[in-house]
Amino acid sequence: MNLLTATFYDISTAVKAKKISAVEVTNFFLTRAEKLNPTLNAFTHFNKNAVIDAQKIDAEIIAGKNLGPLAGVVFGIKDMLCTKGMPTTAGSKILQGFIPPCDATVVARLKNAGAIIIGKLNQDEFAMGSSNETSYYGNCKNPWNIDYVPGGSSGGSASAQSARLTMGTIGTDTGGSIRQPSSFCGIVGIKPTYGRVSRYGIIAYASSLDQAGPMTSTVTDAALALEVICGVDEHDSTTSNKSVDLFSKNLTTNIKGLKIGLIKEFMAGQSDADVEKVFSSALETLKKMGAEIVEVSIPLTEFAVPMYYLISASEASSNLARYDGVKYGYRSEFQNLSSLALDDFYGQTRAEGFGPEVQRRIMLGTYCLSAGFVDAYYNKACQVRRLLKNQYIEAFKKCDVIFSPVTTTPAFKIGEKSEDPLKMYLNDIFTTSTNLAGLAGMSVPFGLSSKNLPIGVQLTSAPFQEQKILNVALALESVSPVEGKTPNVY
Amino acid sequence: MIDEKTILHIAKLARLKINSKQAADYGQQLSKVLNHFDQISKIDTTNVEPLISPIEANFFDDMAFREDTAKNLFTAEEILENAPDKMGNLFKVPPVVG
Repeated sequence: MNLLTATFYDISTAVKAKKISAVEVTNFFLTRAEKLNPTLNAFTHFNKNAVIDAQKIDAEIIAGKNLGPLAGVVFGIKDMLCTKGMPTTAGSKILQGFIPPCDATVVARLKNAGAIIIGKLNQDEFAMGSSNETSYYGNCKNPWNIDYVPGGSSGGSASAQSARLTMGTIGTDTGGSIRQPSSFCGIVGIKPTYGRVSRYGIIAYASSLDQAGPMTSTVTDAALALEVICGVDEHDSTTSNKSVDLFSKNLTTNIKGLKIGLIKEFMAGQSDADVEKVFSSALETLKKMGAEIVEVSIPLTEFAVPMYYLISASEASSNLARYDGVKYGYRSEFQNLSSLALDDFYGQTRAEGFGPEVQRRIMLGTYCLSAGFVDAYYNKACQVRRLLKNQYIEAFKKCDVIFSPVTTTPAFKIGEKSEDPLKMYLNDIFTTSTNLAGLAGMSVPFGLSSKNLPIGVQLTSAPFQEQKILNVALALESVSPVEGKTPNVY
Repeated sequence: MIDEKTILHIAKLARLKINSKQAADYGQQLSKVLNHFDQISKIDTTNVEPLISPIEANFFDDMAFREDTAKNLFTAEEILENAPDKMGNLFKVPPVVG
């Protein structure tokens, strides 16, 4: 069995049948990851107990215990999710050395299903970024060309998965942070419907937008991981009681008669020639498979980027108030605590602990929520958010899934956009409206640019309709022009 | 253009220590970003209720509630494990009162 191409199902079946041990799988990926990580900087921490965890899985199998569908499957976890006993930094200095006392629900669910966590993955600081360039722990590289960004904020997840340093990864997506890096690195990434996956133990950036999701090599793996992590959680009152379908069992490539919606406003020439080519090719493929193409109009998508930054910065300014040097994380060096003004204690710790992009968004959010401005900015953006959601509800009366590019360009070079915040924000024009409306969205690879960089296509569904986008993604994957292609760093 | 006085006020609310140069930079960056956001102000939102969270449609029908019972999830030791400075079971901080 080739561990580099084996699926989750292949591995868990083989491990349960004792054809290969969890220890062997774990050692294979740990060795590979440790060898390639200095080039990519995808992992920020390796789990010192990974082999011990794997030994426990093997012992349970020998004892005849029934294990879950991910037995022996090795995962990397974005550093935004708490992992008990392992550092969890959110890519920030202000959480350097922080060791959570518990696992995030997502992590606990993966472990209950038999998965082995081999380490934590690099990311933009507090998930604020689209290139992994705001990480305190250094840039992460795109395995297809190490001069290029892997995307962000789940850059480490995308890079590690693309170079197959692990079998599966988990990322988070607030405005596109699973879908965009998945597209840039040529892997599958899914952001579930808001409320599908518990946010307990996930460091909060924007509480009404954040969702964790799997970033994997195949659609089938993504579907299986999704099944495992979705579900109501008593620790998170924003999770939905809606039953979780067996996404992986219900997969089909039969999309005859399925209505694929194209958003008129996303087809206005925003994308570059390489993206247009891949998108058109995928669209032709869908037509050949019997899908029906319909045009839908969602005019308010034009304002999705400013709405997203306004709302997310506001929510972040509140969520990041807890990083104050008191109970955990970084604290400035002070000579004499007893003669220090409290505001200076907070002000200096936070100024030293947060990077410039995070401070910029905290300032922006604080401004938008402050007395005198909250109605004009935050409340106004929330009103427009409702109108945007209503437009999507109308659009989904005409189609089953919405099909669009993920980004306007393939990956860009490290340093190319980091000087101008606004330029960086405009990366997200095709992805932010999904989070604002609480929909599900995914990216599936479908081509390479003229510079040999991956380009994905995006599928969006109405809330709780993940099966539909998984099916279309599987259909596309089954005839994908990039099937079997691997990056330079592999 | 957002003036330095406003920026310093916002920094105080956010408990972020910034110097004059940073205040000037933030003023410029925030003004540029907020100018871009001003396009939202032109959208007609008369009588539209703000959408604060996507789960509101599921309220009470769908949301997960738990029993209101206290649980001991962590010990004091576990909670103090990450403390930058502590004394016994207490976090050491500057004076809060006075």
